[in-house]
Amino acid sequence: MAEFVDYILNLDDSWFSYLVGALVAAVLILHVVAVGALLFIWMERKISGRIQDRLGPTRVGGKFGWLQTLADGIKLIAKEDLTPDLADKFLFKIAPYVGLAASYAAFIALPFADGVVGQHVNTAVFFVLAVLGLEVFSVILAGYASGSKWSLFGAMREAAQVVSYEVPLGMCVVVPVLICGTMNLTTIANMQAGYFTNWLVFNDPFTFLTAIIYFTCATAGVNRAPFDLAEAESELVAGFHTEYSGLRWSLFFMAEYSSMFVVSALASILFFGGPHGPIPIADILSFLSIDQLGNPDVQAFDETAGGFFSSVNLQVIIARLLGVGNLLFKGIIGVTVMMWIRWTFPRLRIDQVMTMCLKYCVPLAAVGFLGATAWQALDLPTANSLLGSPRYHHHELWTHGLEHQQGSENASSEASDDETPHAEDKTVKADEVFANTVPVSVVKGGER
Amino acid sequence: MDLIAVAWPYWHQFFFIIFAAAAIGFGFGVLLSKNVVRMAFYLVLSLGSTAGLFFLAGAEFVGAMQLMIYVGGTLVLLIFGVMLTAQKDFINMDTHTQDWILATIVGGSLLMILLFGAFGAEDWNTPQNLEDAQIQATKEATPIGLALTGIRVDSLGDSKDAVEEGKSGYLMPFIIVSIHLLVVLIGAAYMARTKKLSHATDDKSSRAKLMLFKMEQEPERLEEETYVVTHRGKSALNPLEQSDENE
Amino acid sequence: MLLIGTVSVSWYLAVGAVLFVLGAVCMATKRNLLGVLMGVELVLNGANMNFIAFGSKVLRPEGSLGLDGQLIALFVIVLAAAEAAVALAIALNFYNNHNTVDVDRANELNG
Repeated sequence: MAEFVDYILNLDDSWFSYLVGALVAAVLILHVVAVGALLFIWMERKISGRIQDRLGPTRVGGKFGWLQTLADGIKLIAKEDLTPDLADKFLFKIAPYVGLAASYAAFIALPFADGVVGQHVNTAVFFVLAVLGLEVFSVILAGYASGSKWSLFGAMREAAQVVSYEVPLGMCVVVPVLICGTMNLTTIANMQAGYFTNWLVFNDPFTFLTAIIYFTCATAGVNRAPFDLAEAESELVAGFHTEYSGLRWSLFFMAEYSSMFVVSALASILFFGGPHGPIPIADILSFLSIDQLGNPDVQAFDETAGGFFSSVNLQVIIARLLGVGNLLFKGIIGVTVMMWIRWTFPRLRIDQVMTMCLKYCVPLAAVGFLGATAWQALDLPTANSLLGSPRYHHHELWTHGLEHQQGSENASSEASDDETPHAEDKTVKADEVFANTVPVSVVKGGER
Repeated sequence: MDLIAVAWPYWHQFFFIIFAAAAIGFGFGVLLSKNVVRMAFYLVLSLGSTAGLFFLAGAEFVGAMQLMIYVGGTLVLLIFGVMLTAQKDFINMDTHTQDWILATIVGGSLLMILLFGAFGAEDWNTPQNLEDAQIQATKEATPIGLALTGIRVDSLGDSKDAVEEGKSGYLMPFIIVSIHLLVVLIGAAYMARTKKLSHATDDKSSRAKLMLFKMEQEPERLEEETYVVTHRGKSALNPLEQSDENE
Repeated sequence: MLLIGTVSVSWYLAVGAVLFVLGAVCMATKRNLLGVLMGVELVLNGANMNFIAFGSKVLRPEGSLGLDGQLIALFVIVLAAAEAAVALAIALNFYNNHNTVDVDRANELNG
């Protein structure tokens, strides 16, 4: 984006174009959060209605009531913004913003397609999980600051639950990281390009197990039913947001729905191929070959081509838009499954929630982790090796320097005549270290 | 147009100032706030800003870990503790004035020494030029993971023998830390567990005897004081002292 | 003046020093047991900042600690988590036994 603005305004690497690029990314992400919340709340009402044999909203905005959320939003804005007398005013007012900021910030490192990402973070997996984990503070602060016992109970439950569920969640997320040898979400997604047999969920039985446990723990992590003990309305009135009204209350919901989307999108990137569909359409139509994924030279806008229209690489843009569509579709599917679960299962008790985490999810996640590790270590057949479609590897940037260094070392050892056997030995060992430990092996596509 | 055409070389300073000001400002918030819950909130923001500084310095993995373990784990635990203990008298606790004076003097002089040390060394204070490739190389998390399993790939060209051969990793400390964590986990669970009354009855502990005594003597008073059962040992509300007074 | 020069390691060390001192003063002045714990966390973070600054190749391409700094910082974070768990268990035990979290009243060992 920055290069594009540079070109349009005829600037040279200016701060202004970086600012514009950042703002465009921020605004686009904001729309994913806000419009996503509008869509998901309408979907939730519609799906719950259908599951309970009702129609759901039907009137506002035409046949399916698709403008219902907007009407609700206008109603909420018009409501009075109440603050209880016993509340800690400052913390009470700031708590919803903390939650929304956390779930918004998680989108920064989430890649929507190859090269379509707010900011490239090399440890994106942990960044997204870590930032999403900060959302718990909004619940805790809201619960404490409300000065109501219902809110406080809800917040305590939330704190205990989220801290517990982060353990199996982290163990599940480590499995794709282990198989791909990188924490970069774009690289993890690109390694699953090609046909759907390349998706990590089909890699081996243990990754399948891990994907299911990840989704369970993610549902608990974002406080959705049947794990929504923090707002159990049958016990705690409305839990942590009992005392909230109007716009602040709706901010909690925007945060909840956008973090639901983030964990679903993360699940699709880690296990279900992310922006790559079951069939590589962009590759078949030769818009963007799989070999070119992750290549920093392939840009949607190439200013060296000369002339505005020849600079715009339309095929790459179409391929990336397809990827964005894929990821959004998979994310929405994940959110729909969460809604389906919510309106199908009864809510658990708090002790059952903790039992589920500590006695079932953690051991199962451990089994999945150990099994996937063993599968990799023993080099057992995977879905893609059985069907003969290759998994695509991408170098991490730090290995490039290493290759150069190695090459120069070898060259110097050949050039020098008076080298001792000891020094040669050392060079060989460095080679071995490189060959045995660098997990991503070839630059372009090929077998493992 | 002239203004925006300039490449801006000060982005590092800009974000450094933002994050450093936030970290230090919220650090002062922790120090000066009397309300323990607000202290915890300021601490969260301060440590979050510190994670921002880590990202700025190129340590992305440590920054993400800071957010995940420290802010997302440790501080949630801490706030949990705050909420369990934040009863009426303990939310706002004043510090004695003499403590403030003494701590300010000692802390101020310590700060002087540390700042003098930080800016004293010429080598540390000279900004050096940045090279993109090298920055990129430090940001990857895989070398850290390999180093934790005992293999160093980040500086194979180093002059030291052990580093060049890819040894000098951190496998041993890693294992020690994992065993340490396991011990801490068990120890913390053991210490924080609630001791059951039936267990105490077997031990003929004083509390159980007291309970039995009270059940015989004055069953109607027991109801008011049942909450004492949840607390062990000597306390301000210990019924043992009250019963002494009664006698 | 700060905006003119490039940020060097020293500035990071200065932030670390301020955090360290704030934490130390916090430990000395707070009467709430959990406030003291928060001071400890600040102190550990100040120390961590030094490791990151010395290990950063962005700030000092020549002669930085490299990965060693980041690895030590990781160990500090992990040990801080362990420390917080144990300290919190002690704090809750103290609260259960004494019905207070005021450290000034933890004077039983005075005899």
